[in-house]
Amino acid sequence: MSEINPPFFNRRPPASPPGPVCLSNGRVIDPAGGRDEIADVYLRDGKVEAVLPADATESGKGRCPTVIDCEGKIVAPGLVDCHVHFREPGGGQKESIATGTRAAAAGGFTSVLMMPNTSPPADGPNTIAWMRQRAEEKAVVNVYTSGCISAGMEGEVLAPIGSLRKSGVVAITDDGLCVQNNELMRRACEYATMFDLPILDHCQDAHLTTGGVMNEGYWSTVLGLPGWPTVAEEIIVARNALLAETSGASLHCQHLSSVGAVRIIREARARGVDITGEVMPHHLALTDQACDGYDTNAKMNPPLRTQREIDALLEGIADGTITILSSDHAPHADYEKEVEFRNAPFGIIGLETELAVFIKTLIEPKVIDWPKLIEMLTIAPAKLMRCRKGTLAEGAAADVTVIDPDLEWTVMSELFESKSRNCPFDGWELKGRATHTIVGGEIVWTLDGGFGE
Amino acid sequence: MSEPWKHKDLLGIRELARADLDLIHDTAAAFKAVINRPIKKVPSLRGRTVINLFVEPSTRTRTSFELAAKRLSADVVQIDGSSSSFTKGESLRDTGRNLEAMNADYIVLRHSAAGAAHFLADRLGASIINAGDGAHEHPTQALLDTFTMRERLGDLSGKHVVIVGDILFSRVARSNIWALAKLGARITLVGPRTLLPPRFADIGENVSVCYNLDEVMAEADVIMLLRIQHERQQKAMFPSLGEYIGLFGVTPKRFARCRPETLIMHPGPINRGVELDHALADGVNSVVLQQVTNGLAVRMAILYLLGGGHPAEMQP
Repeated sequence: MSEINPPFFNRRPPASPPGPVCLSNGRVIDPAGGRDEIADVYLRDGKVEAVLPADATESGKGRCPTVIDCEGKIVAPGLVDCHVHFREPGGGQKESIATGTRAAAAGGFTSVLMMPNTSPPADGPNTIAWMRQRAEEKAVVNVYTSGCISAGMEGEVLAPIGSLRKSGVVAITDDGLCVQNNELMRRACEYATMFDLPILDHCQDAHLTTGGVMNEGYWSTVLGLPGWPTVAEEIIVARNALLAETSGASLHCQHLSSVGAVRIIREARARGVDITGEVMPHHLALTDQACDGYDTNAKMNPPLRTQREIDALLEGIADGTITILSSDHAPHADYEKEVEFRNAPFGIIGLETELAVFIKTLIEPKVIDWPKLIEMLTIAPAKLMRCRKGTLAEGAAADVTVIDPDLEWTVMSELFESKSRNCPFDGWELKGRATHTIVGGEIVWTLDGGFGE
Repeated sequence: MSEPWKHKDLLGIRELARADLDLIHDTAAAFKAVINRPIKKVPSLRGRTVINLFVEPSTRTRTSFELAAKRLSADVVQIDGSSSSFTKGESLRDTGRNLEAMNADYIVLRHSAAGAAHFLADRLGASIINAGDGAHEHPTQALLDTFTMRERLGDLSGKHVVIVGDILFSRVARSNIWALAKLGARITLVGPRTLLPPRFADIGENVSVCYNLDEVMAEADVIMLLRIQHERQQKAMFPSLGEYIGLFGVTPKRFARCRPETLIMHPGPINRGVELDHALADGVNSVVLQQVTNGLAVRMAILYLLGGGHPAEMQP
């Protein structure tokens, strides 16, 4: 993790710079700086100016035109999600960079990493340039993007990884289509080390999951749906651990859902291998029983598993094996999801429920504490992306999320900013929500005022 | 026969209560008398419309539903996958809604996707009858199978039914497991490990899994064979048909282990000489054709009950 990437895809700064902001009296949690205390956070000229003890700055507040009372709230570095699908180009019926970043802001996320499985896929500098232009015009939060490992995501020849790096990608991945050829994966790992580019892998042996649409287990047996065994993930995670070790590449295993994956990553990390793992909210909050009734919003890749896998993921989060949390925000239009289970696309939207579902599954049962949760949603993914985000250090970008940890709310997907509605949590009573999303010192979204339009 | 039928649809056996199964069986028994009369038609469903939407091929089930509906005086329309708008890419949702817009009272659906019948039932007011959805369920087949067993064996409580073959991909097996479990029978599933995951035993306390057919033949009251699907071989589920026959084919030699009164059942179509010997298929133990006859009575009973008919008012 030597070089820090320049923030290629920062949201375009507003025409007039935002005025100074004071976030007053909140519980400031900045895991990157080891901070967890009641304090005031001062933002000026798009940067964090200072974080000062709350009782020491009464006079300073008076000079600040915008003071936000954060008493009872958590003031955290802007949340970072390193796994989102914004579907642009090619999937405008599902989502766009405009609506996707609005969903991110409304969920408290100030930076996101887009996956490259668009149409065409982001396997060359042209598509990346197009995305950058789009992001500069439309994005309301910082947008980073990844490039493909293989040309066309076909798993046969390497994509122009050096050119992709030059055009600004912060990672490479064939997310959605795991590279099956171990030789190609080996070469991708070796090649990526020249640019310190992390490789994000969607760990799935395609032969073992041929035709699979849900977890292989009791419920696939009862429902008569083709099963998808956990070993399909474990085999590739094991391969990745071995390739990361021999190549020295930084390898990140996406959306883990199996007992063996956690065990393999734990063992590899203990030996110093640069391998990381991430977990999604739905893999902690739901089991494969959700497929009973053939609700296509319970159809994801990897599939929902059982309590046994949930327990292993929780253990891996608690003991530090798994370091990153993200959403796999995967929008699909209603008409695409409202079909026979077999024919429905995989995936659900996640950005607007992510924080609250993690609170429900990790904070409420005391699996981890708030500083750990914030770490896994800020500095940890920012480090993976080698970007200067996820911290409230003096001089850092003024990306801040204010969270009301006690706010009770009911999920109503029809009110979401995302263009899609494929949400399995509709109607759930959740606790905890972002109230202010600040990007580059500008308050882009508030719970009370939305985007101020 | 006191409780009336309470369900809008017939989607699977799993959702049904024991009393529902008894009601269908008792009603089917009455209709069986009807279909053996010289005049085989009753006016119960006059003016009702039954649409047979068969997106996947079928001979027996389709014909059986058509005849059942006609004998109840309903208007019947047949739609096949190959002649429907599915070939033009119309979604199941749109097809269903269009059929409902023509005031279909019943839609009998055969579809290759598990859950297809649930999908329509959730969206339409018409009664949906699942005539087989992927590897999920084929409830009318299980109802006619258990009806046939009941005719021959009486109360199925404690009776031992051995189901042999490709269990993993079989909707017939799943529906029969649920039905037999609810009726108190003991079920042993037999097949190659690749086509019979051990977790099938988790479905019920009286369900067990066995990989050696010879071990269970002697204590079987019923041996139910399932069709081995040749195309599955390409997926490396078993090495060859020859090896399958050697391990799991019901040959005369193997059948000699059974008690003389053991019934042989098969939902059809039979691969003669593969899962079942040619002579045994037509022999005295075989009730394969009774299954077909009973299928008509059972499907009449289901259409009648779903249409609001009360068994007590039946005038066969």
